[in-house]
Amino acid sequence: MAAQILFFLLATVAIAAGLGMLLSRNPVGSALWLVLNLFCIAGLYLTLNAEFIAVVQILVYAGAIMVLFLFVIMLLNLDVLPEIKDIEWKKVFGFTLGMGVLGLLSFVVASSLDILPNEISARRAAEVGSATSLGEVLFTQYALPLEVIGILLLAATIGAVMLAKRKPV
Amino acid sequence: MEVTLNWYLMLSAILFVIGVLGVLFRRNVIVIFMSVELMLNAVNLTLVALAQHMGDTTGQILVFFVISVAAAEAAVGLAIIIAIFRNQQTVDVTEINLFKY
Repeated sequence: MAAQILFFLLATVAIAAGLGMLLSRNPVGSALWLVLNLFCIAGLYLTLNAEFIAVVQILVYAGAIMVLFLFVIMLLNLDVLPEIKDIEWKKVFGFTLGMGVLGLLSFVVASSLDILPNEISARRAAEVGSATSLGEVLFTQYALPLEVIGILLLAATIGAVMLAKRKPV
Repeated sequence: MEVTLNWYLMLSAILFVIGVLGVLFRRNVIVIFMSVELMLNAVNLTLVALAQHMGDTTGQILVFFVISVAAAEAAVGLAIIIAIFRNQQTVDVTEINLFKY
């Protein structure tokens, strides 16, 4: 019973924080709501026994990426964008599209109920998400992709510096 | 009633749709960017839930790579936003229409 309460609590806060990000007028408010959302998702990873991913989520997403976002927002000294008369059909269209995607996804989830594989045992489940088992696979089977990701991050760092650098006049 | 895989899948569907709505509705390019991050997170949740359900480590490895790519994407994307802001003095996507006409 505790597991359901925990799931519902985290899920409700995650959805509420997502909506807060969507509806907040201030970009800093949006960023802070998103941080709350990311923490809730990290909590959901913990309920799924994925400790390593949960820690990485908090370190990389809530730690690094969101700090970068807040840094840029502060750097650009953004105010709330002025209200403009939005074209009404645009919002209606966007809402319809979003609900269409939601309907499609829930249809897929509902219709795949009987083809889902059976639940694995609790002991095996605890093994899957541990840093040990992830590290074993990551440094043997997926060693090459790991190196490639390292190069990608290096390239992204250099690219970001080059892009954001003030051009010599 | 126990917590099943479908609950996690439905939750990620809802979070993904919130991200989609954010991209469609918001005008601030940084908030659009944050919505993209939210969509990536929703997909990550799906991957972790399915990996856990099937007892397979590969799904979590994929999540690890997705997080790395998201970090790279955020760095480059925010640098592009800074470069655009330096030229146009705005982050409103309805004003950034250099390629539109």
